[in-house]
Amino acid sequence: MILKESQIMKIHYITGIAALFVVAVHIIMRLVMPFSMSLEYENVIANYQNIAYAVLLESILVLIAIHGFNGLRIILIEFRQNIAWENGVTVFTLVAMIALIAYGTRTIIVANGLG
Amino acid sequence: MTALLSIKTRRMKLERDEKKESTLEGSGKVVHLRVYRKNPKQDKSSHFDKFEVPVQRWTTVLDALLHVKGYLDKSIAIRYSCRMASCGSCGMKINGIPRLACYTKISEIDGNIITCEPLPNFPVIRDLVGDFSDFFDHHGAMEPYIHNQNVDIVDKNRLTEFIQTPENVENYLQFSYCIKCGLCYSACPSVGSDTRFPGPQALAQAYRYVADNRDDATQSRLNIVDNKHGIWRCHFAGSCSVVCPKGVDPALGIQLLRGHLVNFSKNDKKLAESRTRDLGKT
Repeated sequence: MILKESQIMKIHYITGIAALFVVAVHIIMRLVMPFSMSLEYENVIANYQNIAYAVLLESILVLIAIHGFNGLRIILIEFRQNIAWENGVTVFTLVAMIALIAYGTRTIIVANGLG
Repeated sequence: MTALLSIKTRRMKLERDEKKESTLEGSGKVVHLRVYRKNPKQDKSSHFDKFEVPVQRWTTVLDALLHVKGYLDKSIAIRYSCRMASCGSCGMKINGIPRLACYTKISEIDGNIITCEPLPNFPVIRDLVGDFSDFFDHHGAMEPYIHNQNVDIVDKNRLTEFIQTPENVENYLQFSYCIKCGLCYSACPSVGSDTRFPGPQALAQAYRYVADNRDDATQSRLNIVDNKHGIWRCHFAGSCSVVCPKGVDPALGIQLLRGHLVNFSKNDKKLAESRTRDLGKT
């Protein structure tokens, strides 16, 4: 399936706005206790083991990966104007995005105790 | 209060302009014209030639260049025609800003040194003359003419008139003021980095026909601009709208066309209409 540029950009805008929202929630959650305490090992693991929070982290991962790697694709495409470069950039960013989401999802699953 | 301030600011500006002009008038003022010289057929390098030109308060940069060409160095290459900002031929970078030489008075420019260079983003043919081939190719790719399947253009007896209300015209009017001078194209940073990007002029013209109610090829035009090097590569720097000598706002046209493509904007024609009315008031 080949998406049109306008469809990709629509996804880009939607993931950007959604990421703003979920990252805001993520930051607010750091403030329910003193910030340094929120980063202690036990508290971080406790966050991962809360299913709702794990879903929030997964959504941050997916949204930011899609938005960020598409942004990188846009920047790289402007460097050169030939089909081989464009296809190479598209494949590279897609593979890197999937790899990052897979690795991050694995971390969330392992920390959650499901793995 | 704001109105009073604005009147005061305008009066101060007028006084400043009058003062500047009175210093030029009859004083036999001389400006130093620095002209970019390059002939790629003979030499890859470029340099600036300096000339002293006598000016009056009405002297434009084009007048000064023609003085140089007429009396000091006839080998300077300049493209010009109408001398009244209608043909868009004499675009060049004047003191770092893309402008029309015939529409820029010497008295408007601060300082005694005027530097004339060819427009950026256009390959130099010679001196101040750039190659507009890519620019016009991008313009032509937008199919800048009315498509209408319902009109029989073969049988002249069946020709009918296009009915348009003044409101219909205002949807696209400001974009039809474009004189294809290339100033917006030369000011666009995206054109500088991506040679396949159509540029603000072509995209604004695409919107001009999309917004025209006589045209029925909206979808095919949207398909033309919706690609990897198309409308989405505009970073909205807005410099195209700043340099336009005819008051067209290509950046607005691009954003409205984008709204069409993602179905975010349903009121783009109303927006264009109100901005055109605002343009008329100023």
